Amino acid sequence: MSGFRQSVEAMIPALRRYARALARDADIADDLVQDTLVRALRSERLFLGGDIRSWLYTILTNLNKNRRRSLARRPQFMPLHDNNPDASGTEAEGRDIARALATLVEEQRAVLLLVMLEGLSYREVADIQGVPIGTVMSRLARARAHVKAALEGERPALRRVK
Amino acid sequence: MTDPKISVTEDELHAYVDNELPAERRGDVEAWLAAHPDDAERVASWRAMAQALHARYDGVANEPVPKRLELERLAQPPRKWLYGTIAASLLAFVAGGGAGWIAHGAAASPSTFQSFTADALDAHRLYVVEVRHPVEVPGSERAHLQAWLTKRCGWDVFAPELGSTGLKLVGGRLLPGPTGPASFLMYESPSGERFTVYTAKASTDKASAETTQMRFTSEANNGALFWADRGVGYVVSGTADRDRLTQVARMVYDQTEKNGG
Repeated sequence: MSGFRQSVEAMIPALRRYARALARDADIADDLVQDTLVRALRSERLFLGGDIRSWLYTILTNLNKNRRRSLARRPQFMPLHDNNPDASGTEAEGRDIARALATLVEEQRAVLLLVMLEGLSYREVADIQGVPIGTVMSRLARARAHVKAALEGERPALRRVK
Repeated sequence: MTDPKISVTEDELHAYVDNELPAERRGDVEAWLAAHPDDAERVASWRAMAQALHARYDGVANEPVPKRLELERLAQPPRKWLYGTIAASLLAFVAGGGAGWIAHGAAASPSTFQSFTADALDAHRLYVVEVRHPVEVPGSERAHLQAWLTKRCGWDVFAPELGSTGLKLVGGRLLPGPTGPASFLMYESPSGERFTVYTAKASTDKASAETTQMRFTSEANNGALFWADRGVGYVVSGTADRDRLTQVARMVYDQTEKNGG
């Protein structure tokens, strides 16, 4: 297997995690990852070095944007029940954070996840989204404030407990 | 050392949490947080948020990678059995496109024709290969079949006599159609050649008086002739041999016409 493929392969678990949090549905998330990988493999010869990790996150982020754009023109289907509440973490906590994420607009959710879950730098996220660093920082600040409010709104009793 | 009295901005708080802050400013921020409990509380809440995200989603990264995401698989040229799948989806595409084409110039909206003919061909493909249970009500109970389907569908469902073209009624079933129930009748020749007649409401009330010319579409071994008569759409599916199909469809058309539709 080529070095390129090995680098791509090593990223699959992280891409799945990011996609799951971004799309909030296990099947859609893996579809996104699959499309990302297919595109990456197809562009193998076009890839002239650089950061494969950022490049893969960029493809996935853009695919999700396109997906949501085409979804907006179609009737919405809601999953009958919460797909795959993950075993790790307490279930209630996991659901709270997932629900809070769901209230974010697309770009803010992507910034929040790329920084907080995937550990990318502001610079990398700015390149992925094709915006200045200042925009990344304001999106991140808004996303954090929004999620914080959503989490506290759901559990008002815990708000001031220290 | 920077002057610790320069107040810390919100951007700096975020940068501090995300390890984006220049090292020389970290001490200032820590001093600031010690003196400003509200900001300290925000910083703590962001850290808790990161922990919650990891607790919720890290499990996904630790799962074994599903087979369909294996690079070997994705990079491989499609295998033989895959060609079948691709061919099938191409066929579906062509059938859809064909239905779109035959709708071209017709009075009803393309989507009606499209979904209609596609549904009929799907049903045709699904049931003509069925040996033991191709129908719900056998052709031997023709009167009951007609009465039942008429009652359920809401228009006159008539099972034509196609004996003069060598076809015998196998029976029929009720299916979900594009806008409500659909009736599905199957005919068979002594050699096992099967034809199906699918009828469903062609459109909404607005165009209930709608009547169209007969249109032909085909894909691989299946052909279909579609027409609408007073708001009810008919699809006769069977062989791709257009002359043979037309002969059968003509007979269906003439008899339903005579029967009052």
